[in-house]
Amino acid sequence: MLIIDCPYCGPRPELEFAHGGQAHIARPADPSQTTDDEWTEYLYLRVNTKGVYAERWRHARGCGRFFNALRDTTTDQFLATYRSGEKPPVGSAARSAP
Amino acid sequence: MTEFRTERGGRVDRSRVLRFTFDGRAYTGFAGDTLASALLANGVQLLGRSFKYHRPRGLLAAGSEEPNALVTVIRDAARRTPNVRATTVELYDGLVAESQNRWPSLSFDLGAINNLLSPVLPAGFYNKTFMWPRSAWFALYEPRIRAAAGLGVAPTLPDPDRYAQRYAHCEVLVVGAGPAGLAAATAAAATGARVILCDEQAELGGALLAEPDTEIDGRPAGDWLAATVAALRANPRVTLLARTTAFGYFPHNNVGLVERLTDHLESPPAALPRERLWQVRAREVVLATGAIERPLPFPGNDRPGVMLAGAARTYLHRFGVRVGRRAVVVAGCDAAFQAAVELSRAGVAIAVIADVRAPGQVAGPGEQAARAAGLAVETNATVLGTRGRLRVSQVLLGRVGPDGAVTPGASHACDVVLMSGGYTPSVHLHSQSRGKLAYDDALGAFVPAAPAERTRSAGMARGVAGLAAGLDDGAAAGAAAAGAHAATHRHSSRGLDGGLAGRPGAPPQPAALVPPAKAFVDFQNDVTTRDLALARREGFESIEHIKRYTTTGMATDQGKTSGLNALAIVASESERRVPEVGLTTFRMPFTPVTFGSLAGVARGDAFDPVRRTPSHAWAAARGAVFEDVGLWKRARYFPVNGEDMHAAVNRECLAVRRGVGMFDASTLGKIEVVGKDAATFLNRLYINNWSNLGVQRSRYGILLRDDGFVYDDGVIARLAEDRFHVTTTTGGAARVFAMMEDFLQTEWTDLSVWITSTTEQWAVVAVQGPRARDVLARLVTDVDLSAAALPHMAVARGRIAGVPMLLFRVSFSGELGFEVNVPADYGAEVWAAIHEAGREFGITPYGTEAMHVLRAEKGYIIVGQDTDGTMTPDDAAVAWAIGKQKPDFVGKRSLERPTMKHPQRKQLVGLETLDPRIVLEEGAQIVATRDQRPPMKMIGHVTSSYHSAVLGRSIALGVVAGGRARSGETLYVPMPGGDIPVKVVSPVFYDREGARLNG
Ligand SMILES: [Zn+2]
Repeated sequence: MLIIDCPYCGPRPELEFAHGGQAHIARPADPSQTTDDEWTEYLYLRVNTKGVYAERWRHARGCGRFFNALRDTTTDQFLATYRSGEKPPVGSAARSAP
Repeated sequence: MTEFRTERGGRVDRSRVLRFTFDGRAYTGFAGDTLASALLANGVQLLGRSFKYHRPRGLLAAGSEEPNALVTVIRDAARRTPNVRATTVELYDGLVAESQNRWPSLSFDLGAINNLLSPVLPAGFYNKTFMWPRSAWFALYEPRIRAAAGLGVAPTLPDPDRYAQRYAHCEVLVVGAGPAGLAAATAAAATGARVILCDEQAELGGALLAEPDTEIDGRPAGDWLAATVAALRANPRVTLLARTTAFGYFPHNNVGLVERLTDHLESPPAALPRERLWQVRAREVVLATGAIERPLPFPGNDRPGVMLAGAARTYLHRFGVRVGRRAVVVAGCDAAFQAAVELSRAGVAIAVIADVRAPGQVAGPGEQAARAAGLAVETNATVLGTRGRLRVSQVLLGRVGPDGAVTPGASHACDVVLMSGGYTPSVHLHSQSRGKLAYDDALGAFVPAAPAERTRSAGMARGVAGLAAGLDDGAAAGAAAAGAHAATHRHSSRGLDGGLAGRPGAPPQPAALVPPAKAFVDFQNDVTTRDLALARREGFESIEHIKRYTTTGMATDQGKTSGLNALAIVASESERRVPEVGLTTFRMPFTPVTFGSLAGVARGDAFDPVRRTPSHAWAAARGAVFEDVGLWKRARYFPVNGEDMHAAVNRECLAVRRGVGMFDASTLGKIEVVGKDAATFLNRLYINNWSNLGVQRSRYGILLRDDGFVYDDGVIARLAEDRFHVTTTTGGAARVFAMMEDFLQTEWTDLSVWITSTTEQWAVVAVQGPRARDVLARLVTDVDLSAAALPHMAVARGRIAGVPMLLFRVSFSGELGFEVNVPADYGAEVWAAIHEAGREFGITPYGTEAMHVLRAEKGYIIVGQDTDGTMTPDDAAVAWAIGKQKPDFVGKRSLERPTMKHPQRKQLVGLETLDPRIVLEEGAQIVATRDQRPPMKMIGHVTSSYHSAVLGRSIALGVVAGGRARSGETLYVPMPGGDIPVKVVSPVFYDREGARLNG
């Protein structure tokens, strides 16, 4: 079981959290102005990173907040957790969608 | 006392004689024996039959790596534990054990016919032979193979034992209490760290338990062991766990341990759980898991009596048991010579030591000792075969010439063959933790490399051979794990030392000389050198594929005794080096774990939480039949006078249509949405327009995901300009709440909105039927219930039976209906009051089944039943709810995609069977024409189907491609009894005009 460092509550066991998929995917401001391809990419296309991956978590059975994390998918070690709206910590090897 | 038990020595208590039976025969052993050592002491070597060929098998090892001696231990009918290794079963008085995988008896097993058939049972035999037809595999072949090749039989009664679970935290977890582990725990504890030290065996000590002649720091190893364990035990910050297996290494240094508390006891106290699962979270882990001796793959190496040399030492030194009278020792590493010397000293005749190592080997201390003792050693030797039906009786040796040619040599009579191919570090846990492995050429084995967790290996687990070196390595690892500098103390030792390196896969058999006997690599799965060679010839390259094809290293072995030999043979077949072949994944558990320990208390009533509605006790007292809806218990129907479900549901439905019924709708999800932007939020989220919804009014809302498919639905009421009461489906409450939070927190942070789950705050009683108003009028005096003052979809606040109430004029039955919301604590009271007030109107409590029929008669969908995550609002016939003027809502953009508007999408329709008595099966497929042959072209399926009492016929909802345009067409539902013709109709079967709703 992972230990996840909620930016609001501190380190807690994985049981308290719900995974929220890839991070830093913004919903288009005006969906009606997107092409079908752009909309499809927003809806469905996700990276499948081997290495450092930016992902969303929700402290569902704690404070209820969504936040972001950088996790190495090869080791399951977290490099950082940070609040929604914040950029990934500088110096991290974070890469989101290409 | 048998001739196989020594006069003295070992850690058994000769004053405590224990009786036990094996396959019905009575034997005795001593306290401290395992079932294996006690059977060996009685001269019993035949312990089982192999999995595939039913070959007779004896003990190979002395520890948990034993692949052959799987037995069933029986306490009573419910306590039959199959597939336990005889080497790990501690003897107690009265123990009953049985062998497995034989019929009718161990010495005469009809299944052994497979052994004679072995030329036609090669690697991949199951895959090749039983492939077609597919259905026969499941129906015919697979059960027969299981029955013929089955391991032990699980008990059929519920497990009567208790299993405990606990969490623990420590700075340093040390796995393995051999010399390195003890030194690590001692060094870590010296820093004041909290230390947990666990070991799978009954006694802490590991290899030291079988080293009576060894000295550590100038005193006997046994004394050092006792003093070290006593010091650790006296330290309150140290937890010592014997009989505890670290079976799984989970992320972030979360290690799963299973502690066995009662299996070794003659009469387990009722208060003790049988096992305890520990979930340890350690800051640092030290893996001092030691090494496992490798067998040698020579022909006939699986006969009972052929065992690991180190195991023979363990039986001698720890249990005081001589494994036989006369031994042939096959030495693939120096340690085998040491075993020969010590067994010889204990009175076992050593016929010969066959040195099968590569020529030119430097004589190690073991070899020197053997020569000094005058034991016969044959160098450049190889083993050509063994003889003996139920026990080895003869070994035929060969001589390897300088050119590699093998000439037959002498044969030696014996009753035991001791082999050692070197030692393989136990890297299972390191590998489970995703740590890398590196091949150590000198050792001929993989050792831990870069870790992925905060873990380090120590001692023989990382290839550090020799007692003093292992102790120093353990101490250094323990100190470093506790954050201290490496211990300065250097251990000294005399006795056990080095010589553990061997060549995996040795001795290679020149192909021309391989006799028809088999050289087994994986004893448990009956995989031979020839199977591995065959797999290579058939084109399997990847070791992962070869593992699956030949089954080598599968089941409980997990490569413990077979792994490296299999790799080495594949490497040699493909002319690669071992590290180039790679490794298969080490999977948890290290040794089998009971389901009981994993389940813990989560069984029966404690398996899952149960949610009960406020009317639960009332309904239960009246004999309601409940169904599970998520975690909720919901009353399904209320039978009276012995009615069956059909009769009860018909009665309940007619009561609602003709009089009045009451229904507990408390399970509906409820979310309060509050804030100055609450209406904007709901506009962006739901497909409907909420801006024009007046206060004290409600509306049926539909929620999509952004992919445009229906996600949830429910009535939403506006309680104030800035306050909405949102209801969701019973199952959707949590996910809708999470979706709202997601958008509020991460997309629409500009909105001033707060949401609160209020599902459990409100009890909801639906009162439905033409007489609903009459019933409520008895209890509600401060709300005008008239149709003019409180029309359909209106909301009012008031009191019912003195309790504050939020009253919705809504209907999920199509009748005049109200939903009474009261604080949950008053739910039972208000439910009873409504029932009492409705008595004179014949009020009828109804359950979820009648609710389903009533809504289907009206064509109201249930999200998740009539929709399946691929239906648009138009598909589900609720597109009328879309707020057409809204610039956006979740899912709107997706509805513009061409495929979402395709006229042949599956659309919700009503279905009427031509024969009104036939109730279709939900989930049944729909086809356009009759008498099709499979594969038929399916154009839809039935989603809801019931008998409608008020209509006197069956009704159904379904989804059909282009369904609405097919209105009036006859389609077919193919069933085993023939095609059932159905007519496509409107999904609204009853009161199409909706007059009753507005009554
Ligand atoms: Zn939190």
